[in-house]
Amino acid sequence: MAIFDKLHPISSALQDLKNCGVDSVNVVMERITAPFEAVINGRRTVLAGTNNYLGLTFDQECIRAACEALQQEGTGTTGSRMANGNYAGHIALERELAKFFGRNGAIVFSTGYVAILGMITALAGPGDVILIDSDCHASIYDGCRLAGAQFMLFKHNDIGDLEKRLRRLGKQTENTLIVVEGIYSMLGDRAMLSDIAAVKKNYGACLLVDEAHSLGVLGKQGRGLAEEAGVEDNVDFIVGTFSKSLGTIGGFCVSNHPQLELIRCASRPYIFTASPSPSIIASTREALKIVRARPELRSRLWKNARTLYQRLKDMDFVLGPAPSPIISVRLKDKRKAVAFWRRLLEHGVYVNMVLPPATTDGNPLLRCSVSAGHTPEQVKQICEAFASLRDVSEPPLMS
Amino acid sequence: MQDYRELVVKLCDIIRPFNKDGIDLNEETDLAGDLGLDSLKVVELLVTVEDSFDISIPLNVLPHVRTIKDFAEQLQRLLSERS
Repeated sequence: MAIFDKLHPISSALQDLKNCGVDSVNVVMERITAPFEAVINGRRTVLAGTNNYLGLTFDQECIRAACEALQQEGTGTTGSRMANGNYAGHIALERELAKFFGRNGAIVFSTGYVAILGMITALAGPGDVILIDSDCHASIYDGCRLAGAQFMLFKHNDIGDLEKRLRRLGKQTENTLIVVEGIYSMLGDRAMLSDIAAVKKNYGACLLVDEAHSLGVLGKQGRGLAEEAGVEDNVDFIVGTFSKSLGTIGGFCVSNHPQLELIRCASRPYIFTASPSPSIIASTREALKIVRARPELRSRLWKNARTLYQRLKDMDFVLGPAPSPIISVRLKDKRKAVAFWRRLLEHGVYVNMVLPPATTDGNPLLRCSVSAGHTPEQVKQICEAFASLRDVSEPPLMS
Repeated sequence: MQDYRELVVKLCDIIRPFNKDGIDLNEETDLAGDLGLDSLKVVELLVTVEDSFDISIPLNVLPHVRTIKDFAEQLQRLLSERS
């Protein structure tokens, strides 16, 4: 049927990978044996592509809280908060998020993707402008497409280009939403947030920062890049996810703008999605307490990140610009990426293989995410697996 | 309002460095089909056009741009909105 024709390129790309003995989109973790270990293809494998930055997925307090909530409130809410009502846990988590970020209000969403979609579509509509960093995540692009506003890119972290585009907008800057990320998900580099916040203030625009990969990772209190850069007062909206450093699933937005409460009623992705289950809310609340109470987890995370970054750099791999919990090996050739990824898996190390068009520059990446929970032995095994790539020959690939 | 013919001529001048196969450029030239521009090249072309006219082109217009004629028409509309 013709309706399926558009899927043909995907089908042939997947077949090419399978011809190389690789099925990277269907990796099965047959058993999870430890916080950062699973059995894949019958082999014990270290997980280095999880985004589980603080290693909280097996934290006993988080598990206990989730189990209690399951027993007391059941497996799910079975509907949206607008229709089915709020559970006390939803309200408590929003209160705790607002307090953690020192903001007046917070909204909890069901996933990070929904949080971005929900905020962008409620904030910007026809007649408005959205200006995003070109390296932003797909969820931000999707939010822009759905919003109905005009949307434009500025060159990644290029403050001159951002300013030029704001200048061209003239009075429309008052209706402009700038969107950037704390840590960019592909290369692990940070937004130049001090400069961006200053330019935003100068032109009277609105700024939303997605701290998905920087919550719990950056800042003395773990609030993210805005805290670390000392510009929280100049950031209108902080959006984030629970599915990385907090080890669960869900998303949020915090803000001092009183209109945030109205966004609940204007955001279709919020209104028409089932709310997070009680167990998710309970374990997220515990994880947030841990982010506040255990700064040593951040120290351990950064120690592991610096170690892996330096060792891969010493092996002459081309990496992102600076050490980060996201460490991406940049390659020029898809065949090499596939061969490397396959060899890493054979050596018991799982990383994310990111192929174009999902990458920012059209080249493939082998993306590692480091955790506070990785043991020195696991970091060593990751390094040894990368060292083994020297003698890998590249298989043929059709496309 | 910017003259449409002048816009087409100027666009062809800007597009020429992207025309690796040296095909004949005219209003009906298909940017993806005839010039073989991938998405990264399209963005590069867009930025060059933006800087030439000191204008920002929203990405929302891209689905409406297939040929040089489409591009000139969208550009003419954006320039008139600015003035």
